[in-house]
Amino acid sequence: MFSIRAKKRRDGFVLDVAIEVSSPGVVALFGRSGCGKTTLVNIVAGLLPADEAHIVIDGMALDKDGKALLAEHRRIGYVFQDARLFPHLDVMGNLRYGEKRSKPHLDTPRITLDKVAPLLGLEPLLSRRVHQLSGGERQRVALGRALLTSPRLLILDEPLASLDAARREEVLPYLEKLRDELAIPMIYVSHQFEEVLRLATHVVLMEHGKVVSQGSLDDVSLHPELRAIVGSEAVGAVVHGVVESVDSSTGLASVRIGSNLLQINLRAARAGAHIRAQLLARDIILATSRPDNLSVRNIMTGTIARIVPDEEDAELVYVDIGGASILSRVTRAATISLGLRVGLPVWALVKSVSIRGHAFVEGSPR
Amino acid sequence: MMLTAAEVDAVRLSLSIALRSVLFSLPLAILVAWLLTRRRLHGRLLLDAFVHLPLVLPPVVVGYVLLLLFGMRGPIGSWLYAHFGIQLVFTSAGAALATAVMSFPLMVRAIRISLEGVDAGLEDAARTLGAGAWDRFFSVTLPLMLPGILAGAVTAFSAGLGEFGAVITFVSNIPGETRTLPLALYTALQTPGGDAVAARLAIISFSLGLLGLIAAEFIARRVRRVLGR
Repeated sequence: MFSIRAKKRRDGFVLDVAIEVSSPGVVALFGRSGCGKTTLVNIVAGLLPADEAHIVIDGMALDKDGKALLAEHRRIGYVFQDARLFPHLDVMGNLRYGEKRSKPHLDTPRITLDKVAPLLGLEPLLSRRVHQLSGGERQRVALGRALLTSPRLLILDEPLASLDAARREEVLPYLEKLRDELAIPMIYVSHQFEEVLRLATHVVLMEHGKVVSQGSLDDVSLHPELRAIVGSEAVGAVVHGVVESVDSSTGLASVRIGSNLLQINLRAARAGAHIRAQLLARDIILATSRPDNLSVRNIMTGTIARIVPDEEDAELVYVDIGGASILSRVTRAATISLGLRVGLPVWALVKSVSIRGHAFVEGSPR
Repeated sequence: MMLTAAEVDAVRLSLSIALRSVLFSLPLAILVAWLLTRRRLHGRLLLDAFVHLPLVLPPVVVGYVLLLLFGMRGPIGSWLYAHFGIQLVFTSAGAALATAVMSFPLMVRAIRISLEGVDAGLEDAARTLGAGAWDRFFSVTLPLMLPGILAGAVTAFSAGLGEFGAVITFVSNIPGETRTLPLALYTALQTPGGDAVAARLAIISFSLGLLGLIAAEFIARRVRRVLGR
């Protein structure tokens, strides 16, 4: 789908990355603030000159004979953190601004207002003035404005960062809809793992201007470097599964993950749906024999694959649960008293209420 | 109060010279303001100082320099006359030039402040939406700096109505050609028994000034409403 190689040196900061993405979907550029995420996407968009850059989207290079293509000719949509709507134009004027300037291309079907307006719920906003919009509405208009240029790639630079939790929750479903209904590859810059968990189909983990890890969210969620970025409390394996049944009286969905069946609080899910859930390492309890008489709904069987030291006399235990891996954070004392070691069969326990699950549209890429 | 023919002449000349000076200097002022805010120029400081010179120089000096440059024997003046038949000395066009030079710093200042207030991020957004450099300037930057441009134009126009020293030095005091309101008032004061004439001219100047200020405020409000601020 696209590949990015970029180098830039500035005031002692060195950005040097290579990213390769082969499937459409949402690529989350994840890392702490200051790790170079925004610098990288600005280079990709052509807003910032790089010392060295080679970017290819759908087989088309963004440089010709060593000369970088101007930003206005790249056909890359950009949604900024602060929306950047034009205050002298109304919502309609903003939406039309890019559409008027984009030339129709044979390779991509044109995205029209008829399609974008219902997708983003823009109909009631069209005649409003920009200063009459809420933060969430602004971002939806900015999304629509970028989409109407029929871009080959859409960059979203922390589009939810300036919104409060309620507004974020208002915009996120729209982003999920875009991911599932449009075939435009997206680069989603974020330092919120929650957003990545809900949106990303591919994750690029960045630290100090370098790519630390990239791949599926499942793989990256197991990466030891992640702890430094999200904090040890938020470390946890991301797993995929298919809903087998939903008990409408309890709201619990039975989800097949690897060779285990997990009960997850997911009233909205229906049988056959793909879901993604994060199992936080701090919520996973390990036992060396099968426990009885517990309120815990989920008891998975697996074998210990790896044990790595974590901070504060704790250890991260990787457990292979048959087709998937999960992480458990235990004290070193527990490791010693239980005799935990690689290869040992264990039972992993997790309360249904502590699992954060998100429905994925069926057949959407992992 | 009925105006005499000489008074009508003076008012007409003042208005036309001030208007022409604004029209002439506006594009240049926008360019200079843009260069000073958006470009990392070598010699930016020098350009800045040069633009502001008329504010600190005695107007007579400005008029004198214009005479040296644009006079019939001056390097620019003789060239203009030889190639285009344009004569600036002793003409209302010359008065407009002198007025433009004197009010230029006021105009640049107002425009520059408004340009500094335009978020460069909006221009970046326009780029990603496919707008080239000129397109961005006319579709985003210019509309957003409109309040400053209007403020600069109105200030320059009002200041232009009253320009005296540079005008009288460069183009002299010719009735019907360069005798604007302040020059007519000065002439009346120099004439024995001209007090009544001077008083009338002063009242006219006063009324024009007040009208200008009210018009400026009215325009500013309209523009602010359009821009939604």
